Amino acid sequence: MKVLVTVKEVATVDDEFEIAGTEIDDRFLGADLNEWDEYALEEAVQLTEDGVADEVVTVTIGPEDAEQTIRQALAKGADRAIRVWDDALADVDLLDVGAKTAILEAVVAEEEPDLVLTGVQTGDDSFGATGVALAADLGVQWAAVVNELELDADAGVASVHRELEGGVEELTDVELPAVLSIQTGINEPRYASLRGIRQAQRKELAAKTLADLGLEDDDVAAELTLTDMYEPETETDVTIFEGDASDTAGQLADLLRDKGVAQ
Amino acid sequence: MTDVLAVADHRRGELRDVSYELVSAGRELADAAGGELHLAVISGPVEEYAEKLNREGVDAVHTVSHGEEFNHDVYTQAISQLVDALEPGFVLAPNSVNGLDYAPAVATQLDRPLVTDVVGVAVDGDTLEATREMYGGKVETTVEVDAADGAVVTIREAEWPPAEGTGDAAIEAFDAAIDEAAVGSTVTGFEEVAGGDVDIADAEVLVSVGRGIEDEENLELVEELADAMGATLSSSRPIVDAGWLPPNRQVGQSGKVVTPEVYIAVGISGAVQHVAGMKGSETIVAINTDPNAPIMDIADYAIHDDLFDVVPALIEQFQ
Ligand SMILES: Cc1cc2nc3c(=O)[nH]c(=O)nc-3n(C[C@H](O)[C@H](O)[C@H](O)COP(=O)(O)OP(=O)(O)OC[C@H]3O[C@@H](n4cnc5c(N)ncnc54)[C@H](O)[C@@H]3O)c2cc1C
Repeated sequence: MKVLVTVKEVATVDDEFEIAGTEIDDRFLGADLNEWDEYALEEAVQLTEDGVADEVVTVTIGPEDAEQTIRQALAKGADRAIRVWDDALADVDLLDVGAKTAILEAVVAEEEPDLVLTGVQTGDDSFGATGVALAADLGVQWAAVVNELELDADAGVASVHRELEGGVEELTDVELPAVLSIQTGINEPRYASLRGIRQAQRKELAAKTLADLGLEDDDVAAELTLTDMYEPETETDVTIFEGDASDTAGQLADLLRDKGVAQ
Repeated sequence: MTDVLAVADHRRGELRDVSYELVSAGRELADAAGGELHLAVISGPVEEYAEKLNREGVDAVHTVSHGEEFNHDVYTQAISQLVDALEPGFVLAPNSVNGLDYAPAVATQLDRPLVTDVVGVAVDGDTLEATREMYGGKVETTVEVDAADGAVVTIREAEWPPAEGTGDAAIEAFDAAIDEAAVGSTVTGFEEVAGGDVDIADAEVLVSVGRGIEDEENLELVEELADAMGATLSSSRPIVDAGWLPPNRQVGQSGKVVTPEVYIAVGISGAVQHVAGMKGSETIVAINTDPNAPIMDIADYAIHDDLFDVVPALIEQFQ
């Protein structure tokens, strides 16, 4: 069984930042492997360790810079990686669900995985929709927000728990092939070992353009345009305690005593 | 004239609150687009649901009787057929766990653009302007969608007020032809996540710890504070995901909803799913190094400082 895992390099934002036009100025941005994808990857690697899967391939839409993050995923146990990028994508402010899905669909057509795992959402644009949209596009089954997975490869069924609101989980059987979006907490993602990091350098990381995948610029034309970005207005009048830690702790302690909730 | 079709959310025999919020958001969008508001309610006791959903501003409720509980294949098929029959410009769904399990599929099937987790909507001609957040709530953005061919929009829970009053909507049964062969997933049951020793929902004061605590060993520090204050310890999700605290301590959308007198958020950013569980707290105090953290939007009091300095000083205050 082959498992394809979507891995995104997400932008992280410093505590203090400035907005330049419709994006956060580069100076205030870092990069990291998307938190939810990390759990998806771990789930896939565990499937190989359990003898259920025999290959884990990652796919990333991102520029060459993202290779650092992709190597992290390889170091954690993915067998090989695919990275898709193109000049046509470089100019897009916000890659929407439709564009991402078109690219991922083309990769799935080449790789023919039995199972695709995505993160529930990404930490930056947080659409939370790519996994389900991809499944619908491919005409295969899916489940969103999965926090427990048991695979019966012979029967072709994935038994999952979907984490609903309010501490309730839904138990669902999904026919394979399928796309599952993976929720944090489903497992305990591993740290990359030194050996893993060394091995990752030798693993295949294939860069592809849209043309390589048989796609045209039009296929990834954005349906959404980012037109404004700003810091949200605060809704409450927050009282900020000023001073060093002992001052602020004193003020907070006074407040709590006034409220009669602490001695 | 652009009509709106909003899809109600329900679970285990009850409409979820977001269904009434969808009526408000749907009415707002329909007014902006100069159209009617239609609701769809699919599966379960749909007649009973339809009566409840018949609130002010609703033009029609379409009931699709099929099975008891949510099934994304049934929803996707029923909504697509309703869209074919009613030709609404906008399809509105909740940005709930179930909404996210069918809305992207509906958008794909109808070949319409999708905007998720929307907190504000406006319409200008054929352009839909949606407000949404990025980077875990650190910034807000406006996205424009060419909606000439319609769009699918999921709205964030608890952003619109629930609709009230009684309407005079036409309630109509819609006969969706569900292709059972295309239903590839089956819900086999539900499970409540285990309770446990304490119910954080009962606590008057919660000291709640987030990822800012960095390491499991450091948790002791916050435990000590909770002890010193006579408060109960709770947490954001990453602490539970890491196995440092049991699930019954998790505050949030997928954890517990709490309404203590005082909620002290220590090293918690205030992501929307966390806020969903604690925004009803009487007094909210945030201790966070990041003055732009979204928790500051709902905090009554804040200390912009390192928790590793503030928490020990606070412990001293109560010893
Ligand atoms: C479907 C779904 C359901 C979810 N359900 C829940 C839920 O029920 N509950 C929940 O909590 N989350 C939930 N989440 C996750 C949520 O999106 C966030 O990832 C999570 O709440 C973040 O937790 P955090 O604030 O502790 O961590 P972070 O967002 O990483 O924030 C850590 C904060 O600590 C601050 N900090 C760091 N170091 C220090 C220091 N030394 N001193 C002071 N401050 C410091 C940082 O500035 C930052 O603001 C859910 C997500 C999804 C997709």
